[in-house]
Amino acid sequence: MAKADGRRWGWGPNTNEKMTDYPHERVVDATEYAPAPVIGPGHTFGSLTDKISAIVLTRRPPLWWFVGAAVSFALTLMLLVSLTHLVLTGVGIWGNNIPVAWAFDIINLVWWIGIGHAGTLISAILLLLRQSWRTSINRFAEAMTLFAVSCAVIFPLFHTGRPWLAAYWLFPYPNTMGLWPQFRSPLIWDVFAITTYGLVSLAFWFVGLIPDLATLRDRSTNRWMQMVYGMLAMGWRGSAIHWQRYETAYLLLAGLATPLVLSVHTVVSFDFAVGIVPGWHATIFPPYFVAGAIYAGFAMVLALAIPLRALYGLEDFITNRHLENMAKITLVTGLIVVYGYAMEAFFGWYSANQYERFMILNRATGPYAWSYWALIFCNAIAPQILWIKHLRTNLLVLFIVALIVSVGMWLERFVIIVTSLHRDFLPSSWGMYYPTVWDFSTFFGTIGLFLMLMFLFIRVLPMISIFEMRTLLPEAQVKEVEDLRVL
Amino acid sequence: MEEYAASREIEELVHREFPALASEFTDPVGRRRFLQLMSASLALAGAGACTRQPRETIVPYVRQPEEIIPGRPLFFATALVENGVAMPVLVESHMGRPTKIEGNPEHQASLGATDARSQAAILTLYDPDRAQTISNRGEVRPWGSFLAAMQLAMTGQRAAQGAGLRILTGTVTSPTLAAQFDSLLKELPRARWHRWEPSGRLAPRQDFIYHFDRADVVLSLDDDFLSCGPGHIRYARDFASRRRGAAASKQPFRFYAVESCPSITGSKADHRLPLKPSEIAAFARALNGGARLSEQQAAFTDAVLRDLRAHRGRSIVTAGDTQPPEVHEEVRRLNAALGNIGTTVVAAQPVEARPVDHAASIAELAADMAAGRVSLLLIVGGNPAFDAPADVNFAEALKKVGLAVHASLFEDETSAFCHWNIPLSHSLESWSDARAYDGTESIIQPLIAPLYNSRTAHEVVAALTARPERSSYDIVREHWLKTRGLDEQAWRRALHDGFVAASSGGATHQAPGTYQAPGTYQAPGTRTEAPGTVEILFRPDPAIGDGQLANNGWLQELPKPLTKLTWDAAVYVGPQTADRLGLAAGDLVEVRAATRSIRMPLVIVPGHAPDSATVHFGYGRRRAGRVGSRVGFDAYPLRTSAAPWHTRGEIVRTGETYPLATTQNHFLMENRNPVRVATHEAYQREPEIFRHMGHTPPKTLTLYPDYQYTGNKWGMTIDLDACTGCNACVVACQAENNVPVVGKDQVIVSREMHWLRVDTYYRGHLDNPETYHQPVPCMQCETAPCETVCPVAATAHSAEGLNDMVYNRCVGTRYCSNNCPYKVRRFNFLLYADFTTPSLQLMRNPDVTVRSRGVMEKCTYCVQRINAARIESKKDGREIRDGEIQTACAQTCPAQAIVFGNMNDLGSRVATLKAEPRNYGLLEDLNTRPRTTYLGALRNPNSELEKRDLSRDRHEG
Amino acid sequence: MSQIFHRSTNTLSRLSIFGGLIIFGLTLWIVAGVNRSGYVTQAGIAREQPIQFSHAHHAGGMGIDCRYCHTSVEDSAFANVPPTKTCMNCHSQIWSDSPMLEPVRSSFRSGEALSWTRVHDLPDFVYFNHSIHVRQGVGCATCHGPVDQMPLVYQYSSLQMEWCLECHRKPGRFIRPRDQVFNMEWEPPADDPGLGARLVKEYGIADVEHLTSCSVCHR
Repeated sequence: MAKADGRRWGWGPNTNEKMTDYPHERVVDATEYAPAPVIGPGHTFGSLTDKISAIVLTRRPPLWWFVGAAVSFALTLMLLVSLTHLVLTGVGIWGNNIPVAWAFDIINLVWWIGIGHAGTLISAILLLLRQSWRTSINRFAEAMTLFAVSCAVIFPLFHTGRPWLAAYWLFPYPNTMGLWPQFRSPLIWDVFAITTYGLVSLAFWFVGLIPDLATLRDRSTNRWMQMVYGMLAMGWRGSAIHWQRYETAYLLLAGLATPLVLSVHTVVSFDFAVGIVPGWHATIFPPYFVAGAIYAGFAMVLALAIPLRALYGLEDFITNRHLENMAKITLVTGLIVVYGYAMEAFFGWYSANQYERFMILNRATGPYAWSYWALIFCNAIAPQILWIKHLRTNLLVLFIVALIVSVGMWLERFVIIVTSLHRDFLPSSWGMYYPTVWDFSTFFGTIGLFLMLMFLFIRVLPMISIFEMRTLLPEAQVKEVEDLRVL
Repeated sequence: MEEYAASREIEELVHREFPALASEFTDPVGRRRFLQLMSASLALAGAGACTRQPRETIVPYVRQPEEIIPGRPLFFATALVENGVAMPVLVESHMGRPTKIEGNPEHQASLGATDARSQAAILTLYDPDRAQTISNRGEVRPWGSFLAAMQLAMTGQRAAQGAGLRILTGTVTSPTLAAQFDSLLKELPRARWHRWEPSGRLAPRQDFIYHFDRADVVLSLDDDFLSCGPGHIRYARDFASRRRGAAASKQPFRFYAVESCPSITGSKADHRLPLKPSEIAAFARALNGGARLSEQQAAFTDAVLRDLRAHRGRSIVTAGDTQPPEVHEEVRRLNAALGNIGTTVVAAQPVEARPVDHAASIAELAADMAAGRVSLLLIVGGNPAFDAPADVNFAEALKKVGLAVHASLFEDETSAFCHWNIPLSHSLESWSDARAYDGTESIIQPLIAPLYNSRTAHEVVAALTARPERSSYDIVREHWLKTRGLDEQAWRRALHDGFVAASSGGATHQAPGTYQAPGTYQAPGTRTEAPGTVEILFRPDPAIGDGQLANNGWLQELPKPLTKLTWDAAVYVGPQTADRLGLAAGDLVEVRAATRSIRMPLVIVPGHAPDSATVHFGYGRRRAGRVGSRVGFDAYPLRTSAAPWHTRGEIVRTGETYPLATTQNHFLMENRNPVRVATHEAYQREPEIFRHMGHTPPKTLTLYPDYQYTGNKWGMTIDLDACTGCNACVVACQAENNVPVVGKDQVIVSREMHWLRVDTYYRGHLDNPETYHQPVPCMQCETAPCETVCPVAATAHSAEGLNDMVYNRCVGTRYCSNNCPYKVRRFNFLLYADFTTPSLQLMRNPDVTVRSRGVMEKCTYCVQRINAARIESKKDGREIRDGEIQTACAQTCPAQAIVFGNMNDLGSRVATLKAEPRNYGLLEDLNTRPRTTYLGALRNPNSELEKRDLSRDRHEG
Repeated sequence: MSQIFHRSTNTLSRLSIFGGLIIFGLTLWIVAGVNRSGYVTQAGIAREQPIQFSHAHHAGGMGIDCRYCHTSVEDSAFANVPPTKTCMNCHSQIWSDSPMLEPVRSSFRSGEALSWTRVHDLPDFVYFNHSIHVRQGVGCATCHGPVDQMPLVYQYSSLQMEWCLECHRKPGRFIRPRDQVFNMEWEPPADDPGLGARLVKEYGIADVEHLTSCSVCHR
């Protein structure tokens, strides 16, 4: 029945949840307290493994995959051209100017880094919180993190006037100039924060992959694939000692990654909070940025998960419960972000500082007011419909909201960076900023790069953690219970 | 790595008309070059900071001149020539290359200061577009064949007593050149010497020299004496020193300005009355009780007269060169009546040699040419085909001349119509002489051998005489020896001092001399009865003048006073006129006068007289060079010999708009008091008043411990009461620090590179606001926000308090600029510096790095000068003396508004000024502790008139 | 199922982990080395000159004072390379027909300057001033090495920033009495370790903050 139902509630309000709506009206049955399942019924270890690994090993990628990959690859080439022209000609090809010396470049950096957050959050924090529903989404959420971070790092490097020097002068090493970087600068903190975050996420992701890589190795028929997956699997044989070490390592990495979720975007927010520009110089920035990052991250996970599960028919693994939970998290973090906006406005008024007041006024009524109100709509108003359950569980709605939020988070950075800079202290130096063709080509180029990496990922690696899914199966549950009895 | 960018950037900057976003997409860069470049940069990254230098060679002298010590500059005194009049200067020369121009402190006309144009002269000298070859009908010829041609032509002329010979020059003050013409005309009585100086004094008249430092009350009738006219440098100095005295003492100084188009002179007025040109004459008559005025004007006149009469013998009334003779006559009578003549106003001979009415003169010449009466025409300097009055139709007439010779700095519009073109030497390449505003004569000596195959005016004129081969040195030297008895010693002294002392035979008309203007001429501007609802003023462009400097990038990009417009000329109208005509800034309008019309963009200028508009001529050059050609719109077609300064006409909108590049877009202070202003009276009552206009945080309010300055502690003050916003400092800074020019499209996206900018703010009703100028260099903050955010420590505090900027360390994150509340940092978004043009390499200051692409730059208080002085003082084992170091801006400032020095030396000027109650820091509430501070501006309004001004202030937008 | 990899793969993979680390460290070490080597700094490489002028012969052998040719070393940033005239002062008399000196003579005849190859070439953004260093007791040999023993001059020091800073951070260790500046043999007296410190005080050499301010060398 589930399958049949599954189809029926694939797109649309979730009917079989209805029964739990009014428990008091009914005779209480123990099983009803159990939350909705995180994996569709009727699966065995085998079926599950087949289904996921097949995507990589046997099934020929569907047409849409080729189309998508081609488009994103074209965009990636555009990125390459843009960066080439940038390095040969100079940052002047963008719209940046004085006073608006940072614009799309840093907006995109912050946006991508923000998106990168959900991955680690889901993998690490939810793991530590024993949120079993994370398992089916953590794999590609982490992948998304990595790809987002790699898109992000393009900007801090290439937005500099002389990237060929910035590439290594920002790192402390014993050089012939007898100089160190300037450690008071948030940009240096960024270098460390982002590098660490990238490396740990990579390690975490890879370690999590090992058992599945072994599965792929064992199941792949082609010699080359055996070699490749074999090397990546690092000789995993699934012996008890392997599992025991694996668990420890994974848990440790999770512990390591958890603080990073908070630290990275906190440090990124320092880029602004440390500056004196009205609209940047605010103590609220770290929490407000972290919340915003998770907000954006989950929005992006939803935006990817919904189509994926539909296209690959993974409704059994990425169930409505997953989506709904993520919707809830999106809603909560969204509210935190809205609180942030409210506080900014409040501070502006309460500070009694004329620059702060003017900044808020200028955001709401200045030449860039459109961006501010668009942001308010995208991040504050649109997500509120997630309060309503049958909209929250309507995938189409959820998908659209997710996209709106992603746009909104980009606009947020636009407002923070451009609107604050273009009118700061001296009226004489107020100016305007207009993006050029190259601003857009670079931005969309990175989106292309991100998608291309995504497409490659789902093609060559299991997008859902096979072995962790197994632990969700009833058989696994039962065993655990027995173990407990033994103790 | 930069080479790749270089080639394309240059032509991009030179040629491109559209903002950067337009044409970038068609960029041909390929992946191969990308890889090349990336691999190159990776190699760099891998191999660390190793930049292997290209092999260089040292080429020593064969016989080293005695006075030259390689690596140390020499200074020579000479003079530049602006509109024919001498601008006495000292020129810094590095191993034979003039690199920087300073005022001549010994000379009364300069006292060490210069203006923007003389600062920019160095760029014109090295301009790669200068005329370089002698040519006849487009074919290159040697000097010899020109001489031959002239001799041939002259034999014919001698037969006819020079009936067919005409000579056209601009204003000439050079005694030698005048003498050459005299002798030529004596030999050929029927030859004629015509004059046309488009932006000079067209009508000859009794000259007056003013002593503003001795005046208590000054009234100016459309006289922009602070930025125009031969004496403006000295006048600005006197004016400022008088105001400074007023600020310090209880003797107030008051300045009334009556003008049509807002000028920087008007901006310094305590009371300013905007009047249409036609009303000014009436106003002048009314001063002597000769005319009735509107109630409001009458009130103004009465108050002013009362004030003037209260200061008999200590007041000045002036009228501008653009005013008709009757106004000057009224003014002379008033000054006489006030007993000013001989005390504050000294009558003097005109400095121009053999003065004539230029408008009439050129008209007469054109008539002769058109009638075919001219067989040999010699045009020395000038560009009449472009800038002659429209009605004389000079270019057409030129075609009818038998043999036309044009000697000029550039191959310009006129050259195109002339048979012979002779490159004229720049003042810095020539032997010559000239007179300053007060008649003091300067010998002009060359700093460098002519860069191209050029000749001086003296040599060109000599070509018409029996002794053509003489060098200009011989000609000038002989003149001074024969007619002025300047012996070798006096001659050397004159060269050393930069002027001929009266003792040694130099003429100065310090002694009152009267002069009777030749009566027979149509007074310009009297025929304004032409139909039209708008009075149209013609003024030379505030930056590039009459257009001959159009190819000078520094001046092109120099933000014009008040409007901050660059790279264009515009129609200036007041807000109320714009409203009446339904026009907005940036509209492309058509200006019609009589049968003629031009198109020009519109700019709204607060304080412009109603129902009148100002068009600036000088732009729209067609053959200026790669910088100046096809830039802006030409206003000369409207300008006639009968009405060269103003006429009547119409302004019609075309419906089109036109992109204008302005460096400042917001002119109101937004209650942030960047400029602090108080009335003189309030200041006397409560000296602390300026401090109360802002909040100064306590010294303890900082995370970092205070740094103890053991040695020097540099600081600067800028006196906003003295500053006239004349822009001299801006160009001086550009010349001293190798600041590049970026081009119009880059200015539009606000990427201009000026290290020092002059902000303008308006206060009060925009129909006639108070105007304030504020030069903004780097503040060298004690707690500099830029320093803490630079990831590579490319900007760091020096032990003498400077906010050092290390270009070679900068990677260009631009974070420092974001964090700079004054926005004084400039970024090389593209390759702005010209690394390719050879002549420009010669021009550069060797003591300052030429910044490349992707690097942040800014003012460093001319640290190269500081270091030089420090090294010298250490070698002599002494402290640096106060005043020993002058920043480029401070040195050139005519008003001495900028003072630089050591704040640790309590006796220093800067220290005493910083102790003044007028001293305040810009945005000091941010606790940046700026090292550059300002002295607040003072106004001394007349209580009678103040009431009305206040009532105006109420309905401010 | 059959083994995909041979047993040895285990060892290999273990090795590769450490091998990777070692190789990484090694590269860094080599790069650092190369950056300071003569290959990059050009130190120790004698330059071909249009004339085989030997400092060893003129300065060392005949003991001509440095300042005879490098005239402006005491009052300018640039020490000056002598004009042809300076050479001819002597060589119009001695070796006046040596073929080796023909370029000098022809330069003197034609007025065509000799062009020497630069040996000490600082980047253009570095503003070094000879006069003040000489004045404050930095000996010629301190930076230029034993020029009086160089047949063909080579760059003695690395001229890298860290090298400049050695002295700018601890001038006392490098300066000498003013009268010894042009003495190529001078050695710091072993019996007087405090000499440097005393000279620093006596010559009024600025403290480290001043000497290491960026703008002292970079503008």
